[in-house]
Amino acid sequence: MAIRTEPITINLGPQHPSTHGVFRLRVKFDGELVLDIEPVFGYLHRGTEKLAEERTYVQIVTLTDRLDYVSSMTNNLAYVSAVEKLAGIPVPERAKYLRVICSELQRIASHMIATGFLLQELGAFATPLMYAFRERERILDLFEMLCGARVTLSYMRPGGVTQDAPREFWPALDILMRDMPMYIDELDQLISGNEIVLARTQNAGIIRPEAAINGSLSGPILRASGVKWDLRKANPYEVYDRMEFDVPIGSRGDTYDRYYIRILEMRESVKIIKQCIQQIPEGPTRTPGPFFIRPPVGDAYASVEAPKGELGFYLVSDGGISPYRCKIRAPSLINLSLLREMLVGWKMADMIIIFGSTDIVLGEVDR
Amino acid sequence: MSFRNLYDIADRFLPESLDWMAYLVAGGILAFVVINAMVMSTAAYTLFERRLIGRFQSRLGPNRWGPFGMFQPFADIIKLILKEDIAPTVADKIVFTISPVVFLVPVLVAVSVLPLGDGSFLGTLNVALVFIIAVTGMHIIGVFMAGWASRNKYALFGAMRGVAMLVSYEVPMAMSLVAVVLLSGTMSTLGIVQGQHLPYILVMPLGFFVFFTATLAEMSRAPFDMIEAESELGSGYNTEYSGMKFALFQLAEFMAPLANGAIVTVLFLGGTKGPIISGPWWFVLKVVAFAFVIVWTRSTWPRLRVDQIMTFSWKGLFPLSMINLALVTVEYFVLQDAVGALTLGDQAIMALINIPVTFVAIYVIGNLSGQKRDRTVPVPSPLARMAAEAD
Repeated sequence: MAIRTEPITINLGPQHPSTHGVFRLRVKFDGELVLDIEPVFGYLHRGTEKLAEERTYVQIVTLTDRLDYVSSMTNNLAYVSAVEKLAGIPVPERAKYLRVICSELQRIASHMIATGFLLQELGAFATPLMYAFRERERILDLFEMLCGARVTLSYMRPGGVTQDAPREFWPALDILMRDMPMYIDELDQLISGNEIVLARTQNAGIIRPEAAINGSLSGPILRASGVKWDLRKANPYEVYDRMEFDVPIGSRGDTYDRYYIRILEMRESVKIIKQCIQQIPEGPTRTPGPFFIRPPVGDAYASVEAPKGELGFYLVSDGGISPYRCKIRAPSLINLSLLREMLVGWKMADMIIIFGSTDIVLGEVDR
Repeated sequence: MSFRNLYDIADRFLPESLDWMAYLVAGGILAFVVINAMVMSTAAYTLFERRLIGRFQSRLGPNRWGPFGMFQPFADIIKLILKEDIAPTVADKIVFTISPVVFLVPVLVAVSVLPLGDGSFLGTLNVALVFIIAVTGMHIIGVFMAGWASRNKYALFGAMRGVAMLVSYEVPMAMSLVAVVLLSGTMSTLGIVQGQHLPYILVMPLGFFVFFTATLAEMSRAPFDMIEAESELGSGYNTEYSGMKFALFQLAEFMAPLANGAIVTVLFLGGTKGPIISGPWWFVLKVVAFAFVIVWTRSTWPRLRVDQIMTFSWKGLFPLSMINLALVTVEYFVLQDAVGALTLGDQAIMALINIPVTFVAIYVIGNLSGQKRDRTVPVPSPLARMAAEAD
């Protein structure tokens, strides 16, 4: 006799330990199996794009901090690049190097968070998370030296950075770059070979390269599927064309690849920062300009390789002191476009880690 | 001080017609002692675990209240007692209320048969092992009652997982206990301790490995903490609980490592036996060592998935426990003397054979049913022509 069963619908979120903020998934389960999902977002919508139309070009920098709040530097960079392109503001050499150093430090910090929380979702009781946060703290200390803030940095300005790095910054950066490979190795040894991590993450939530490109994914998720696409190489901005570094790719596009690629990228970031330290010239760090930037009528799009993927700002100017329209291409939101393909058919526990491996930040998804 | 002593003392002061009172008094005193001893040691254990996990995670852990944070457990308890006791309106109130008790009692009952010195609280129970297996499996009924009565889907998920897991892990656990019974020729815990000229962890490491792992699953500690799985289910079976009921769940959950530690100590670590310091101290030391190992495991390992836990039990632990049982049976048959007992020499021979066999067996079974690490060298997808041109 067949037992009558029926699927269970669960609202995973908006308050749930593993939704990286206030994301909500309406999931239909058959026992432990995921039958269907329906993502619901917008709980953290703050109207950043609309607010930008009311602010001057410099004031908007503070809004960008709050998009992806674990990687403010790259948000700033993407925005100021768009403004510089729109208004034709040159950037001094030293400022370019400082920007690259900052965004690579931010990439390490963001990947540390991604790795730590992925392991937390795998059920490792906070130990990898705490290790990752310990390393991130040191990067935040450096940011504090640069601009006085730790998370919402607002360090970059159209035409450069707010101020040059203080003298104490460079020895501290040298020490951190000496220690960081050791930290990354420690995390790698702790996690990468762990039998349970392998059993849980390998072959879970595979994204085919074709699907990834069609879903217009970017960042580590795209590269984990084996697509060698990195804006730092494909469309070098700032001084990335002078840097020697690899673009690591994954072989299968499973959760393990998405985890491991972040470890590899952190190593590459350390390489880039070390080269920057050697090459950085003396000089000014900001092009002097008027208090209100009034770009000519027109539009501009600039994008950078943020830790989570391609972060782009599209600005339209009507000649005034604030943009007529500001559109943000948020990688976190677009990386979610394949969510259903990734999650349906897996078990509940897999669903959590596959979702976690996309490394979204809700500040950016909802904007 | 066992039940028998208490009964005798009470019997002397009571008239002939009130014999039943003596049972009641003895039972009441015994329950009072066991419960208070266990609650107090659980309080100490929670602090131990939190401080230790703090160290593992390169932070300090609770250290504000009293020296070394000693009063922290009491602060926790007071907070939990003062909290409002909320029950969902749709919950099955009766089942919802008694499930914490059902969860807690088996742990306490199991403690009463463990020999802390020459005998246990209940005296020498000659079927103690059967008793332990019977009562320690009971707590899952409490979990299921809690999950079902809360009318919460997360809680139900946790409860279903718990039941499925327990059913799988009882089998290898019992199988490794059969080997213990076979070697010592008795089911009394005292007899098992006396039979260990060498601790059974050395005589049959395979049996210990199986029993230890199954114990972790039984307590639903990491890496088998399926019933709570905080990153997936919020809080699992106790999602809807608060206040005193939640405190009882927490109490039982943190008491389980101590109770199971005591069981493992008696069965595999030689109980109260040990040189130099006296027996009870050895017992406490071994329980603390066990607690340390499980805290270590908890702070290091991620969680397994539900089906992987089942696979691990049926394809990993079950064959291992059968290998262990077969091995021990053959060795016992060859080495036993006229009355069926084993001397220290016999046990040393068994240890010498079994320790290498353990490693081989775990390696072989692990390779047969374990995870394959076949990471291929990544090749860029041909779709990525744009990036290739840019390189």
